[in-house]
Amino acid sequence: MKLLVNGQPHDVVAQSLDALLAELEFDGEWLATALNGELVRSPERQACRLNEGDKVEILTPRQGG
Amino acid sequence: MLKLYSTELSSRVLLGTAQYPSPAILMDAIKASGTEIVTVSLRREMAGGKSGDKFWSLIRSLGTYVLPNTAGCHTVKEAVLTAQMARDVFATDWIKLEVIGNHDTLQPDVFALVEAARILSDDGFKVFPYTTDDLIVAERLLEVGCEVLMPWCAPIGSGLGPLNLHALRSLRGNFPDIPLIIDAGLGRPSHAATVMELGFDAILLNTAVAKAGDPVAMARAFAKAVDAGHAAFQAGMLEPRDVAVPSTPVIGRAVFT
Repeated sequence: MKLLVNGQPHDVVAQSLDALLAELEFDGEWLATALNGELVRSPERQACRLNEGDKVEILTPRQGG
Repeated sequence: MLKLYSTELSSRVLLGTAQYPSPAILMDAIKASGTEIVTVSLRREMAGGKSGDKFWSLIRSLGTYVLPNTAGCHTVKEAVLTAQMARDVFATDWIKLEVIGNHDTLQPDVFALVEAARILSDDGFKVFPYTTDDLIVAERLLEVGCEVLMPWCAPIGSGLGPLNLHALRSLRGNFPDIPLIIDAGLGRPSHAATVMELGFDAILLNTAVAKAGDPVAMARAFAKAVDAGHAAFQAGMLEPRDVAVPSTPVIGRAVFT
């Protein structure tokens, strides 16, 4: 399945957002996720099904002003 | 004591965490500033998911309050989603709301700012809006639920210092009970003292400290300037006069002619 993850194309087997994070080795504890412009909270990732062409954003804490 | 959304703070400095020469200097500067609130952002994580963890572990070890921002957002939708994601990660309903309207000046899009502030306030966020010094925009932000205002005094990172003292005085005068924090444009400790002497409640710094020759010493200098300016405001300052007034008593002076 082809997805856009953080603006980059990926071809993955994962069917859920939870599985996608594991497949792409995003194993950090502090991640925020969004699917097609909507927030997906951490406990909701396992039930969050992915579809062809979905846009996924995976964010993490960084320096900021 | 400074009170922001029911949280009482003894420091009147908020410090950004970006652009420091090293994580160690960042940590030392935070401590030297005496701040109890640091600002952070959310950015795309690269595969592996560990780079954010390292920074976040450092920040958490400080035990300060964290104020996530929506820096770089240009639309209501971007800002609202970023705020929601920040709340999910940082477990705080505080959000420094930035909706940028101009690439060169980083001036807030105040129309989008008010709309985003309304949506987020309705959703339970405690919004710290990065705004201009416009009085009417400030009124609108308060109307939609903001209980703190964070006007710029000059463009972000410019170091120009307060450009419009009249507007800043006007904000202070119109909102005597609303915490007012100067969010952007400060370059020198004297700038910080100036806005604190006007009666502002706090300042938010980043570039002026991070890009100083010695960020740790500069953080300490700003903290002193903020304390001095605040103490001066509380003490009641002399109003300027157009004519000289002798400080030494005239009565009793010797006459030699």
